[in-house]
Amino acid sequence: MLAFIIRRCIFLIFVLIGISLLIFCILMTFSPERRAAAYVQSPQQAQNIPGIIKQYGLNQSFYVQYKHWTSQTLSGNFGWSLVAAQPVWDAFCQYFPITFELNLYAVPLTLLIGIYLGTLSGIHRGSAIDHFTRIIAIIGWSLPTFLFALILLMVFYGYLGWFGTGIISDDFQLYLLNHTDEFIRYTGLYTIDGILNFNGAIFLDALKRLVLPVATQVFVVVALLMRITRSSMIEELSKDYITTARAKGADNKTVYYKHARKNALIPTITVSGQLVALSMEGSVAVEIVFNRHGMGWWLVSSATQLDMPVLMFMCMFMGFVFVVSNLVCDLLIAWLDPRIRLSTI
Amino acid sequence: MKEKLLLYCRYFLTPGKRLLNNPMSVIGIIILLSFTFIALFAPFLAPPKYAFNPYRMPHKGYSTIPKPPDSQHFFGTTSGQYDIYYGVVWGTRTAFKTGLFVVVIAAFIGVWVGVISGYYGGWIDEIIMRVVDIIWTIPSLILAMALVVSFGRGLENIMLALALVSWRWYARVIRSEVLKIKQMAYVHAAKIMGVSDFRIMIRHILPNTIYPVLIMGTLEMGSIVIMASFMSFVGLGAPKGYADWGQMVALARNYIVGPPDAPFKYWYTIFFPGGCIILFVLAWNLIGDALRDIFDPKG
Repeated sequence: MLAFIIRRCIFLIFVLIGISLLIFCILMTFSPERRAAAYVQSPQQAQNIPGIIKQYGLNQSFYVQYKHWTSQTLSGNFGWSLVAAQPVWDAFCQYFPITFELNLYAVPLTLLIGIYLGTLSGIHRGSAIDHFTRIIAIIGWSLPTFLFALILLMVFYGYLGWFGTGIISDDFQLYLLNHTDEFIRYTGLYTIDGILNFNGAIFLDALKRLVLPVATQVFVVVALLMRITRSSMIEELSKDYITTARAKGADNKTVYYKHARKNALIPTITVSGQLVALSMEGSVAVEIVFNRHGMGWWLVSSATQLDMPVLMFMCMFMGFVFVVSNLVCDLLIAWLDPRIRLSTI
Repeated sequence: MKEKLLLYCRYFLTPGKRLLNNPMSVIGIIILLSFTFIALFAPFLAPPKYAFNPYRMPHKGYSTIPKPPDSQHFFGTTSGQYDIYYGVVWGTRTAFKTGLFVVVIAAFIGVWVGVISGYYGGWIDEIIMRVVDIIWTIPSLILAMALVVSFGRGLENIMLALALVSWRWYARVIRSEVLKIKQMAYVHAAKIMGVSDFRIMIRHILPNTIYPVLIMGTLEMGSIVIMASFMSFVGLGAPKGYADWGQMVALARNYIVGPPDAPFKYWYTIFFPGGCIILFVLAWNLIGDALRDIFDPKG
C-alpha cells in the first residue's frame, strides 16, 4: 500500500509540472506587457510595468521565463486580480470558502442520490424506476446549468418566494460587519459558522439561500454517476458469485447490497474524482445566476474583463483539484479492492 | 462501383433503421429536423433587415423593458427591443454553425492524434497520451474560457477555443479503438504486403473509427452548444445584437423575475431562447444516446 501511495505521489509531481507547462504556454501567447500582470503584487507595482518586465526577464528566452514564473508561483505569487483589486492568492482565500460551502453540500448529496438511484435502476432493470432515471439523466445532460438555475430562480424565488439569492441577507451582512467580536468567523462558511456561534438565524438564512444552488448542481451532475452505477451494477449482477450467493440461500437484500453493490461501486468511485471537478465547474454557472460571490463568479468576472492572471490561476487550481481528487479516489479503491492494490505493486 | 455504393449505404442504413425503431431517438430526429428546417429557411422565415449582416437582430427603439408578443413581433421583444422571433430563427443557424464547426475540427484533430498514437505505439504513444492526460485535468469550460481570454472576445474565438479543448476526448477513445483494430488480421496482412503506414491508417483503420466518432460527435454537439451559450451568456461571445440564444438569455436576465404582482410577466424573454437551447441539446443527446445503445449495448 505504501509503495502504491509513493508511486502515485511521484506521478502527481510530473502531472503538476505538465499542467504548469501547459498554462505557461498559454501565458506566453500574451505580450510581455500583459504578461507582467501575472507577477504584480500591489497597485504601486502595476504602475511600473517596464520594471516588472526587466525584473522577471519577460523579454528573455522561454526557459528563463519559465524558471522565474515557477519560482514566483511556488512562493505564492500568482499576480494581481483586477476584479478583486487585490493579489490573486488573497482574493482566492476570500472567495474559496463560498464555493467550498456550496460543494460541501452538493457533492455528498450527488453521491448519495446518484448511487442510490443508480443501484435501484440497476437492480430493477427495465422497470419504471429505470426509465425514470434514464429520463432524468438525459434531461440532466441536456439542461444547461445556467438555464436550469434561471428556471429555478424564476419559480422558487420569483413566483413562490421561498428562497433568496446571494449568500446571506443584507441585514445579517450588516450585523456581521458591525459585530465582528460576537460572530467569530472560524471557517468562513456561513452555515458552519452559524452553528459554531450558536446563531440559528444566520445558519437558517444561509442554508435557505443554499437550497437552490445545491439543487441545481446536484441535478446537473447526478446523471453521470447514476448511469455509471447502473451499468456496473448490471454487470456485477450477471456474475457467477451472485449465482453462488443465491444458491447458498442469501436473500435479495444481501445479494444486492452486500455482494453486488460493493463491487459495483468501484467504477463509481473512479468517476467520483472527476465528479468533484465537474461539480466545481458547475459552480461557475450556479454562482453567476444566484449571485453568490465565490470562485465561479470571480472567474467569470475576470474572464469578461480579460483579467488573465486569475484565469491562469484557476486553471492551475482546477488541475490541482482534479489530480488530488483522482489520487484520493485511487487510494480509496486500492484500499477497498485488494486486486488493484496487489496488481500494481 | 454500384456494389460498393450499396455496401456503403448498408453501412449507415442498418443503424439508421434501428434508430427509427427507438421512440426516444425518433423524438430527437423530429426536433433536429425542425431545427434544420428553421436554419435552412431562415431568410424566408425571418427576412433580414440588414442584408449585409443577417445575424444582426433588428430592434425598434432602445427601451430596456421587454414587450409582450403582438402581431408584429410574434414572440415579443426582449430587453433593448430586439425581436425575439428573429433572434430565435437566426440563432438556430448560429447554434448549428458553432456546434458543427467545433465538432468537426475537434474530431479531425482528435481522430488523427488517436490514430497516430494508437498505431505507432511505443514512445510516440507515451508522449501523446501523457500530454492528453495533462490537458484532461483542467475542466473544459475553464480551459476554454482561459483560451478565449487569450484570443479575445467573440463567437469565432469561442468556437476555436472549444475546438482546441474538446479534441482530447476523441483522441483517447479513438486510440483505444485503434489498439483493437491494429490486431486484426487484415491490418497484419496489409503490413506484410508492404502497404505504407499512411495508407493503412487511411484505408484500413480510419473507416473503422467512424461509428465511435459518430456517437461522440452527436453527444458532443449538445455539450458544445451548452458551453458556447454559457460563454455568450456571461458576455464573452459575439457583440451585442448578434442572433445567439445564449446572448438572448443574457438580455432576458434582468427580467427573469417580474414585478411582485406578476412574477411571470416577462416569461417570453427566457422561454423562447432558453427553450431552443434545451430542445436543441436534448435532440442531439437523444440521438447520441440511442446510437450508443445500438453500437455499444453495454454502456
